[in-house]
Amino acid sequence: MFDVPLFLTFAAIAVACAINLVLQTHPISSALSLVGVMGSLAVLYLLLGGQFIAAVQLIVYAGAIMVLFIFVIMLLNAGAEKKPSRRVLSAAVALPLIFTALALGAALITTQIPRTAAVKFGAFQQGGAASVGRELFTRYLLPFEITSILILIAILGAIVLARKEI
Amino acid sequence: MNFYVLSLIKAALVAGVLLTLCAYLVWIERKVLGHIQLRPGPYRVGPHGLLQPLSDLIKLLTKEGVIPSTVNRFFYLLAPFVAVVLALTSIVVIPFGPEVEIFGVRTALGLTDLDIGILFIFALSSLGVYGIAIGGWASNNKYSLLGGLRSSAQMISYELPLALAIAAPLLIVNTLNFREMVVLQEGYWFGLIPKWNIFAGPFPQIFSFLIFLVAAFAETNRVPFDLPEAETELVGGFHTEYSSMMFASFFMAEYANIATICFVATSLFLGGWTPLWPAQYGSDLVPPLLIGGAGLLLLYHASQALKTRRWDRFSFPVFGAVFLGLAGLFLVPALKPVLVPLFWFAAKSGALIFLFVWIRGTLPRFRYDQLMRFAWTFLFPLSVVNLLITGLLVALA
Repeated sequence: MFDVPLFLTFAAIAVACAINLVLQTHPISSALSLVGVMGSLAVLYLLLGGQFIAAVQLIVYAGAIMVLFIFVIMLLNAGAEKKPSRRVLSAAVALPLIFTALALGAALITTQIPRTAAVKFGAFQQGGAASVGRELFTRYLLPFEITSILILIAILGAIVLARKEI
Repeated sequence: MNFYVLSLIKAALVAGVLLTLCAYLVWIERKVLGHIQLRPGPYRVGPHGLLQPLSDLIKLLTKEGVIPSTVNRFFYLLAPFVAVVLALTSIVVIPFGPEVEIFGVRTALGLTDLDIGILFIFALSSLGVYGIAIGGWASNNKYSLLGGLRSSAQMISYELPLALAIAAPLLIVNTLNFREMVVLQEGYWFGLIPKWNIFAGPFPQIFSFLIFLVAAFAETNRVPFDLPEAETELVGGFHTEYSSMMFASFFMAEYANIATICFVATSLFLGGWTPLWPAQYGSDLVPPLLIGGAGLLLLYHASQALKTRRWDRFSFPVFGAVFLGLAGLFLVPALKPVLVPLFWFAAKSGALIFLFVWIRGTLPRFRYDQLMRFAWTFLFPLSVVNLLITGLLVALA
């Protein structure tokens, strides 16, 4: 009963935070808007039945990755950006273009993509840790292992790039 | 009864008890620290300082909330709000007792029953770092910034050993649901030893419990890991520039975090609400005996005509009578299935909270680099090895 209003609320919050992310001048405000987007996405996953993914989104993305973003911004002492000049001109050119693009996208989606049944919130029952774990270790084992090697390569690259010459 | 009305009543009860517990944790800490340091602690406000939390609350509420002009106003006001909301919300997944029937209403003692209970607690404690980091940064003060950054780095570093230490008993109980975990720890071996997780399965989880406790001290910024808020080092750390109710929010968030971590440890390792020995050997009599014994002791001292302050001649008999009444409540058969599990849960969590306060009075604090080195070079490999051994023994069994 509450599903559709909840979905609309948190989708609106996600979009609002994303727009705020772009419009804010201070990097910390942008980073915290991104945390708001992550949180709203976690609620959307929860509404769809993916409770494990929702919790992991909060733990990993909002609670670890974004904390590191905010650390770096605080340590680098990044200040607010200067507002660029000619804002009115760029807004007058960009906003109609954005609206046209959105309208085009909406028209394409409603006419080209075939109509499927609406999402039934609560229909998907395999979002728990056991089901996700089983799929991850049987059907998706190879992508899982390759992803972990990819992350290892990224860590090694970061260490190599950031170490001082001895 | 209607599900929503029942949930509202339970939520109001738990919220009331939790907030009172946070306030009286301050009293317990000050009294226990005082007695460890051979002094009485708060003594004047109310009998034995029992009204001290109330007077602190009134002081903090009526104090002028000074907001410095150089702070980033939005984030300065947001940080304590975030900290206290996340700390108080994590209580919803903790099970306090089994399913009981009170006055004809059948309900489980606990607010929710999430299938991902443990992950919920992790998520909220990961997000709780934001309150401290943003509070330290928004204060526009180098001590606050340093304290906030150090505290956040410490909290995220110790989240790893905490999570790995929790993963080991999860391999044994095979569920993330708190209530199922506690129910799996009911029962006794040889009729006597409880099936708690620290005695359990192919590998007794005593190492996981110890690693969990050490990481819990660091997660809640308690001594010996409290450098980020130490008064002698960083003035007040991240809460230097906060006054009155905002400071009280951070304080309350810290004590709520301590209470929540002790509740999690009790449910995960010490068997939640299950008694220490089976009910048929009389463990149901432990609560009334202990509380009634305390009441009788108070009444005995009241009758001794000691050279006490004027209100002790009044408070000892009154508290003695209250304790005896409470002990009598435990003997009422209608209330026993509710009160006895709650007593055992409170006793185990209370013992862990007392351990937190005891260690605060005993140990000196780590230096910051010692703290981080301890996390990454000692505690993290230890928790990985513990998880590997547990996994191996569970797989072989």
